[in-house]
Amino acid sequence: MDLVFTEEEQAFRHQVRQFLRDNVSPQVQRKMIEGRHVSKEEMVTWWRILNKKGWNVGPWPKAYGGTGWSSVQHYIFREELQMYPAPTPLAFGVGMVGPVIYTFGNEAQKQYYLPRIANVDDWWCQGFSEPGAGSDLASLTTKAERRGDKWIINGQKTWTTLAQHADMIFCLCRTDSSAKKQMGISFIVFCLDSKGVTVRPIQTIDGGHEVNEVFFDDVEVPYENLIGEENKGWDYAKFLLGNERTGIARVGVSKERIRHIRELAANFESGGRPMIDDPMFREKLAISEIELKALELTQLRIVADEGKHGKGKSNPASSMLKIKGSQSQQTATELLMEMIGPFAAPYNEHPDSPDEGMDWTTQIAPSYFNNRKVSIYGGSDEIQRNIIAKAVLGL
Amino acid sequence: MDFNLSEEQRLLKESVDGLLSDVYGFDQRKKYLKEKGGWSRVVWRRFAEQGLLGLPFAEADSGFGGGGVETMIVMEAFGRALVVEPYLATVVIGGGFLRHGGSNVQKAAHLPGIIDGSKTFGFAQLEKNSRYDLNDVTTSAKKSGDGWVIDGEKFVVLNGENADTLIVTVRTKGAQRDSSGIAVLLVPTDAQGISKRSYLTQDGLHAADVSFTSVEVGSAAAIGEAENALPLIERVVDDARAALCAEAVGLMDESLKVTVDYMKTRKQFGVPIGSFQSLQHRAADMFVALEQARSMSMYATMAADIDNAAERAKAVAAAKVQIGRSGKFIGQQSIQLHGGIGMTMAAKVGHYFKRLTMIEHTFGDADYHLRRVSETGVFARFQGMSANSTSNSILEDEG
Repeated sequence: MDLVFTEEEQAFRHQVRQFLRDNVSPQVQRKMIEGRHVSKEEMVTWWRILNKKGWNVGPWPKAYGGTGWSSVQHYIFREELQMYPAPTPLAFGVGMVGPVIYTFGNEAQKQYYLPRIANVDDWWCQGFSEPGAGSDLASLTTKAERRGDKWIINGQKTWTTLAQHADMIFCLCRTDSSAKKQMGISFIVFCLDSKGVTVRPIQTIDGGHEVNEVFFDDVEVPYENLIGEENKGWDYAKFLLGNERTGIARVGVSKERIRHIRELAANFESGGRPMIDDPMFREKLAISEIELKALELTQLRIVADEGKHGKGKSNPASSMLKIKGSQSQQTATELLMEMIGPFAAPYNEHPDSPDEGMDWTTQIAPSYFNNRKVSIYGGSDEIQRNIIAKAVLGL
Repeated sequence: MDFNLSEEQRLLKESVDGLLSDVYGFDQRKKYLKEKGGWSRVVWRRFAEQGLLGLPFAEADSGFGGGGVETMIVMEAFGRALVVEPYLATVVIGGGFLRHGGSNVQKAAHLPGIIDGSKTFGFAQLEKNSRYDLNDVTTSAKKSGDGWVIDGEKFVVLNGENADTLIVTVRTKGAQRDSSGIAVLLVPTDAQGISKRSYLTQDGLHAADVSFTSVEVGSAAAIGEAENALPLIERVVDDARAALCAEAVGLMDESLKVTVDYMKTRKQFGVPIGSFQSLQHRAADMFVALEQARSMSMYATMAADIDNAAERAKAVAAAKVQIGRSGKFIGQQSIQLHGGIGMTMAAKVGHYFKRLTMIEHTFGDADYHLRRVSETGVFARFQGMSANSTSNSILEDEG
């Protein structure tokens, strides 16, 4: 038993870090530290730099452009990105639809889509949740009807993250209403600028525009845009959600936030001394660091295990990473909020325009408000507990 | 990065688990509690025969050269079986002082007795006002000829009732809370001037309050430096904390297992209570708390073997915080999910809870260690650490 990264792994870490220093725009880094919005153009530019290096689709099989790294290397890469911080590859393309296509798609689909995902020629978004299908995703009603060589799609998706940037959507659609609810769902992809698609912004409590409602009104989609087999979409969705099991905790993000809090707390005064010397605040910070350390080690246990036994089917223990990872992220934004205190009050109505004269501290409260989402999306904390109870404890 | 046991460690685990399943069922344990002194000499001999009592000692000292991981394996198994024999006091602490600070003469005099099971140790550290601070020592040792004369009072001395030898922390110089001027003395329990009040502790172990009145010991009694033994004490107590963390993980693991089993069999409203979602979520939270604790127990185990005292102390303190919080949650909720039956002496689950509670209040509780962590600032950028590694340190990152 040892917790040592090998010399090669440490050298790899330095290589990644050096690459980030050389290639991430300082403006993007600063925006990420301060919790500001990074623009679509900035993200795409960065991902294309990553792709040119061969690092944008690292976890994919080598044949499709993956790096062939070990589990530990992937872990290190992700952590370095999160801590630098720099945007991690677009989850909807690289982490979700890409693996579904190379696992279940046909040859033509692989040839066409995979390189475009890698180079972010298409920005992908996820069409899963619906107004009536949240945690109970399988009750979705968006309908795709076969008509000749086309699908006719009608219905509504919601919480569609960054659909305003997206070119493509992967969508769970009901294709057989007579079957049991999980059995009649298909996985269909299509262009978001198809006729009949309407994207409407949802403003979240932080004032931001991150998620959308997407409406489909007789949208015509070529039949060949079906991925895999008809009515097997639920299996693909489960595969997709279980595919990203160790990145889910976002330990690097929380580490970076805590580093930021420590830095700021040395300069913010309270009671005639820096906040970092306030025993109550310091103890809260310490407990969040301990929790995060435990989470990091738990994650490494799973990563190391994956390295030994290969990536099998998804590990229900990843539910634990989701729960604790959400908690760590939320606690960090909460502590930042607490530290900044009354100075969090000013609201910036134009968060994307950093030079409007508003201090960056205006992003702290919105970031706290926004982070309430992490225990809701991707399977809420309660759904994760259901999974642990059933799959781990056998209840 | 490897969280697995080596082949040898796996065999050790199998043999400890095998032994305990033979000799340490819940009903067998009840008999041991009634034996003289409250634990079983027969079981202790079996531990000696299997080499458990010599585990952490160097091969040159007739030990088995085991490290922190080996102790972790044993303590976790002991936790699962609710072992009451004085392993922590004798092997981890008594043996730890000899291992880390003892002279060759002291080792030759004491290790054989520990290893063959003929002698046990007690640790006399806690004082009326010291609470968890190891530097807070008033029991005095005054120089007298070649040796010392000890006066003072120690409380809740681990294995104090039965020990052959006490390890006593004493002040040789300076004020009550000074870091320097502290010594560690080996004192035979039958020395003139020692009086003891022995008692059973909440978790079924035995301890004693011990008073020292002009107790004389010779010059050979001091382990390590007679005026600067605090670093040695801290090192051994960190070992003991790591061992307690492992024991607690065994307790939590078993407590959760027993509870989940109960939830599957106990019926109310015509169905197993484990089918109720509010109870399922509680059990899921207990599982998460257990795994977080397990991770930190491993962290403490790795850390306890490193030489950089500040890094070691911080890592072990962090682990003790996690174990304290997880242990309280799992212990309390195991009782809650059992309902009334969990309140009875006859059910196992309450015994896990009681031992977990005592561990929380041994060598610093969660609040105490949280304060320590908060005062020492940021964790070293964690690059990894290893038990028995050549570097023996948590590598700082230059980043």
